[in-house]
Amino acid sequence: MAEPALTNTGEALTRPAGWQQIAADWSSDQRAFKNVSWGKVMMWIFLLSDTFIFSCFLLSYMTVRMSTTVPWPNPSEVFALTIGGKSIPLILIAIMTFILISSSGTMAMAVNFGYRRDRARTAALMLATAAFGATFVGMQAFEWTKLITEGVRPWGNPWGAVQFGSSFFMITGFHGTHVTIGVIFLIIMARKVWRGDFDQERRGFFTSRKGNYEVVEIMGLYWHFVDLVWVFIFALFYLW
Amino acid sequence: MAQASVHVAGQQHPIKLYLVVWGWLFVLSTCSYLVDYFDIHGYLRWFLILLFMVLKAGLIVAVFMHMAWERLALMYAILVPPVLVLVFVGIMVFESDYTHVTRLTFFGMGP
Repeated sequence: MAEPALTNTGEALTRPAGWQQIAADWSSDQRAFKNVSWGKVMMWIFLLSDTFIFSCFLLSYMTVRMSTTVPWPNPSEVFALTIGGKSIPLILIAIMTFILISSSGTMAMAVNFGYRRDRARTAALMLATAAFGATFVGMQAFEWTKLITEGVRPWGNPWGAVQFGSSFFMITGFHGTHVTIGVIFLIIMARKVWRGDFDQERRGFFTSRKGNYEVVEIMGLYWHFVDLVWVFIFALFYLW
Repeated sequence: MAQASVHVAGQQHPIKLYLVVWGWLFVLSTCSYLVDYFDIHGYLRWFLILLFMVLKAGLIVAVFMHMAWERLALMYAILVPPVLVLVFVGIMVFESDYTHVTRLTFFGMGP
């Protein structure tokens, strides 16, 4: 069957700008997000729902911290490390923050090289991102171990309000889980990139769909989100 | 800010842009760490912490996640709902204030 000659497709129309563009996009035929693939939209919507999950955790932390009559432990002292005989406040958390930011930087560049079809650099940068992420999780394991040996439990701690432990383990634990899942997927995606799956349009093992380099960007969206959540945890839990 | 045609071959921006944003994120993180290091307290501390937090989050979402180059329909669909969480924050502030007062009144730890 011959392709019908379409002289005037939707793309050729000039679209309004600003609020009128939003109204036109949302009320238009077939799809609301005109130039965004379904994969990217679904990742954004997943991240939006994940935002609500982390919002609920941080909100419940705010609620217990505001309503307790017992003083809240001072995070600046709880998370201090003694290096060279000097106690430096929050130093481990600061290093973890810099590591996660660096991993976001390498991920952003991996996405860029992916679209330039530079397989080697994309895979290398993704593996670097995964290595930063694994380092972060390792430091978090160290932090948990330190706090647990000092007597922090979800139901109590030596310094003050009992809710400190439950908030801490819940929020950082959930974030650490996200980082771990991200590291695993980064390694899987880096292998696919390295093997040239997206150049040969090789079909995926699970969905048997052909992938392209946009998958790297979608993976990047997830990874940047993990960094984004850490920005809020760092400010609201550790610094507040 | 950006060409409208970047979407044809995916998001394509100069590497320098990412390095600059990376540098700014380092600077902002250092600033928020210094707030704690120099032991600033009171409203100034909260203001600075929230300021650096919002700036960092904005840079990550806008540049690293490429939101600045997406169409407005996607931008508003994703960015407006989290702002509504602030309503929830307001509700819980009232609720926890009430719980706090109740605890002080009935558990005898008040003045």
